[in-house]
Parts: sequence; C-alpha cells; structure tokens
Amino acid sequence: MDYIDPHIHMVSRTTDDYATLARMGCVAMSEPAFWAGFDRRTVDGFRDYFHQLTDVEPKRAAQFGIQHFTWLCINAKEAENVSLSREVIAMIPEFLDCPNVLGIGEIGLNKNTKNEATVFLEHLELAIKYDQQILIHTPHLADKYQGTRMILDMLCDDSRIDPSRVLVDHVEEHTIAEVLDRGFWAGMTLYPVTKCTPDRAADMIEKYGGERLLANSAGDWGPSKPTAVPDLIFEMRRRGNDDSLTRKVVYENPVEFFSQSQDFNFVPREID
Amino acid sequence: MRAASQILTESFLEVRAKLLEVAATLDRIDRSLDAGSPLPNQDQVQREQIDSAIEILLSEGSDRAERLQQLFSRQYESDWRKQMDL
Repeated sequence: MDYIDPHIHMVSRTTDDYATLARMGCVAMSEPAFWAGFDRRTVDGFRDYFHQLTDVEPKRAAQFGIQHFTWLCINAKEAENVSLSREVIAMIPEFLDCPNVLGIGEIGLNKNTKNEATVFLEHLELAIKYDQQILIHTPHLADKYQGTRMILDMLCDDSRIDPSRVLVDHVEEHTIAEVLDRGFWAGMTLYPVTKCTPDRAADMIEKYGGERLLANSAGDWGPSKPTAVPDLIFEMRRRGNDDSLTRKVVYENPVEFFSQSQDFNFVPREID
Repeated sequence: MRAASQILTESFLEVRAKLLEVAATLDRIDRSLDAGSPLPNQDQVQREQIDSAIEILLSEGSDRAERLQQLFSRQYESDWRKQMDL
C-alpha cells in the first residue's frame, strides 16, 4: 500500500533507510524541524539546518522516488534560550518560499515551562502573519497530558487560528479525544517505549475511526523505527480491518491535510 | 470487529509474557529490599504507582489504557497562565 509518513526526521537517517522506505510503499514524507541531540548555539546553525531541510533532503529523497516536504521552527527543547529562539523565528521567513515548506513546526512544549510557552506563542504569531499551517509537538510521558492541554488552551484562545490547519502530533489514549473534539487533526507516533505501538494505534483507529487521524514513525537519531507505518498497515490487515480505513489514515488524510498548504505539490504515483 | 475469543487466543502468549516480565521485575525489587537495600521516598512513590496501575488492570471497563495514562501523568491546572504570569 502506498503511504505517506507525515513526521520523520530523515536528516538523522541513512540513505539505506530511504531505499527501504521506498520499497515498503513510502511515496512522500514531511520532516519537521527538531532537536539535533544538542543545543545549537547560533542562528547560523539553524540557517544551515534549514538549508539541509529545504535543499539537501528533497534531493536525497528524490533518488528513491519519495517526495520530501518540511516544516520550520526552533524546537521546544531549545526554547529555554529565548533570545536565540527570537533570532531563529526572525530568520525563518527567509525559507518560507522554498518549494517543499508546508508550514511552522514542530512547535510545542517539552517540560511545560514559561519560556517554552512564550516561544510557542511567538511561533503562532509567525504562522498567522505568513498564513502558514502548523505542526505541533506534544511532550512525552508524564508531561504529555498537562502540556497537551496547555497547547490546546493557547491555540483555542486565539480566534485567528483555524484548527483544521493544525496537526497535533504524538497523541495517545489520554489526549486523542480532546484534540479531535476541538477540531484539530491528530497524529499518532509509532515510537518504542515513550509513545505508541502499532497495536495501540490500531486500537485508537478502531475506537475513533479515521477522520482527521494520521500515523507517523517520527524516525530520528534515537531508538526509533522508520518503517513503523508499514507495521501499522500490517497490524490493521492482520485484524481484518478494511484497507480503505487504513489507506485513509496513512495516505488520504496526509494528502488532505497537507493540501491546505500551497506548497504541497504532491504528485501521486501512477498505478496501472 | 474481531470476536473477543479470537483476540484473547491470539494475544494470550504475548500478554502472559508481559505479565511474567512485570512479576519478575517486582521479584527483583523485593529480593533487593530483602537484602537490605530500601527504596528512597521518591522511588517509593513510583513503586506505589505500579501497584495502582495493577489495580486498574484488575478493574472493569474498556478504558484501562487511558486510565493508566492518566495515572502516570502530571495533572493539568486550568489557571496555568496565571501561575506563569503569561
């Protein structure tokens, strides 16, 4: 089955991974800006990173017939440095016209601090000013519930934000309902230990249906599995679910959500 | 939706294995306690969380996973903006 991975960090993956993903049906992916595993010290460090996301990775993906899209921001882990965050936010517009940029992301909270919330709100202002879609990172483990609620408060308090243009990622059993009920798109991240397994994601699809629901691998430099979305496809089939429901989650929903961005120039694979 | 009987049959060995891992981990902790290595207070809170989680597993209802997530979550306070002066 053709699928789209809407959240994967390919700068951290090998070229072999691109080859494997292509063989498993991945036809497109979107790569949000994230933490590199260390705190960057200068705005030029981010400028180089955004060049990698907007120029280098699309070429690397194209070698395997995969279309690569991206989102730009300074992530929540580095938002404790508010002055650097503001420099990065001021620099982002340099890249917003690049042909694979879908919006601002992955912005959100990490430890739910005042500085993180401050930088999150300034990212929202940037997205509103440039009419960009938004991709949200929600915190991990014990911080997830509190942080997700805080993020939803900030989004819903601003009448200029259209929930149908916001994807809230890393939802789990205790956060998915509120995200969907408030009109946002929800992304389930299939990530070992700290997030969600393919089995539990299949449970959530069966419980909530496929409307406004996406699934991603968030494959990165940590313990993660870039082929986790095909694992979910397999689990849905193993349970006897109709392929049309699975295809909605792993292909049609990403296309529908991303199509709200004028730079989503996705070309479906031709099928005989 | 698959029949409950089918789900149980397909999942039984996997669930059995996961429960054994939990049991063996708790045994390991108890052996260490018996050998004179007490848990500090903050770890005792985590140990009690595991007992509470097991109680949730023993309860009725089809929302155990969500209740476990809530058990392991920090609480949300609606006046967080005021607390942060934001």
